[in-house]
Amino acid sequence: MHEMSLALAVRDLIEEAAEREKFAKVKCVRAEIGALSGVEREAFAFCFDLAMKDSVADGARLEIVATAGGGRCPACGRETPLTMIYDACAHCGAFPVEVTAGKDMRILELEVE
Amino acid sequence: MCTTCGCGHDEMKIEGVSVHAHEHIHADGTRHSHAHDHRGPHGHGDDHDHTHEHPGQEHHGHAQAAAQGVEQARLVRLEQAILAKNDRFAAANRARFAEAGVLALNLVSSPGAGKTSLLVKTIEKMRGRRPLAVIEGDQETRLDAERIRATGAPAIQINTGKGCHLDAHAVGHALDELPLSRGMVLFIENVGNLVCPAAFDLGEAAKVVILSVTEGEDKPFKYPDMFRAAKLMLINKVDLLPFVDFDVAAALSAARRVNPFLETIQISAKTGVGFEAWLSWIEKGAVAVGG
Repeated sequence: MHEMSLALAVRDLIEEAAEREKFAKVKCVRAEIGALSGVEREAFAFCFDLAMKDSVADGARLEIVATAGGGRCPACGRETPLTMIYDACAHCGAFPVEVTAGKDMRILELEVE
Repeated sequence: MCTTCGCGHDEMKIEGVSVHAHEHIHADGTRHSHAHDHRGPHGHGDDHDHTHEHPGQEHHGHAQAAAQGVEQARLVRLEQAILAKNDRFAAANRARFAEAGVLALNLVSSPGAGKTSLLVKTIEKMRGRRPLAVIEGDQETRLDAERIRATGAPAIQINTGKGCHLDAHAVGHALDELPLSRGMVLFIENVGNLVCPAAFDLGEAAKVVILSVTEGEDKPFKYPDMFRAAKLMLINKVDLLPFVDFDVAAALSAARRVNPFLETIQISAKTGVGFEAWLSWIEKGAVAVGG
C-alpha cells in the first residue's frame, strides 16, 4: 500500500505550495498517474481522501489524468504501446523496449481559492 | 515534526524511538498530537471560519484567508513529481555514500525469502575483510537488528509502523546513528514486499532482489517493477531444490524477460553454495565506489 505514502507525499507538496502561493483551500487536485507507474489508481484515490484530512486540501476533489504506457524500440526505432514494462515491440517483436511514457506520477495543478 | 528536515512521519521509529513525535502540551496542560505541520492555515471541509483560543499560545492561524470569505478560484501549476521529496533525500544519501566510499545495497524480497539469514551468513563470511553495517527495515519489532548485532556488525532497526517500505528520509536518519567508514559495505534490508520498495529510491548503489525456491518462478512477471529495478537477483534456498517444483530455468527466463541486464546467482544461506560468487559481486561493487 505505498499509495498511502504517495498520498501523504502529495499532501506535503500541496502544503508547501500553499505556503509559497498563499492559498488557504484547495478545491481540486489534478494528478498524472502513468499506467506503468505501479500505482493502483483506485487505492490512490481512496488514500487521497484520508491523507488530505485537516490539510488545506481537506475535501478536495481528485482528478487523475491516466497516461498510457509507451516506449521506443531500440531495434527498429519505432514508437510502440506498452501495457507492461516488459512488453515486446509491437512492430518487430524485440525487447526490452525503452519506456518513454507512462512511468510518471506528478501533481499537475491545483484549483485553489 | 522533525527539526532537521521538516517532515512528519508519525509512525516511523528508529530503534524504538519515534523520530517524529509531534505532541503539544498547551499551557492549560492539555496534550494533543497532530498529523499536520504548522506552516500554513488549516483547511476545513466546510467553509466556516473560526479561531481557537489556546491559553498563552498563538499558533494555529485558522482564520486567515478563509475569514475573508472571498471565493476566488485560481489555478496553481505545480508539475511536480510526487516522489520528488523522497528523491531529494535519496540523492543526499547517495552523495553521503559516495563521499564516504561506502557501497550501499538495498535488499528486497517477499516476506520469508530468507533475507536476514542470508545477511547473517554474508556477514560471517565477510568478517575481517571489510567494515560492515546494516539498516534493518520491518513494520514492527527489533528482532532482525538483534540477529544482526549477534554477528558483531553494527545494525540500526527502522520500524515503519504501518508503512510497507523504507524511504530515503528514514534511511538518512538511520545513517546519523551509523558511523560510515571508507570501504564499508552497508546492507539495507527492506521491508518484505516486492511492490512498494521498487518505487522508493534510498540512495543505494544497487537493489538486490532475493527470490527463494519455495516461491513461484513466475514472480518476475507478477512484480515486474522490482525485477526491472534490481541489478542482481539471488535465487535463495537452492538446497531445497530436490524437494520443490521450482523450475530454475523458468525463473531465470522470466527474470531476463523483465530485465535482460539482471545478473543472477543461485545461493543457499544454509549450505553456503553460491557465496563465492555473491561475495565477489559485492567486492567488485565496493571497489567501484572507491572503497
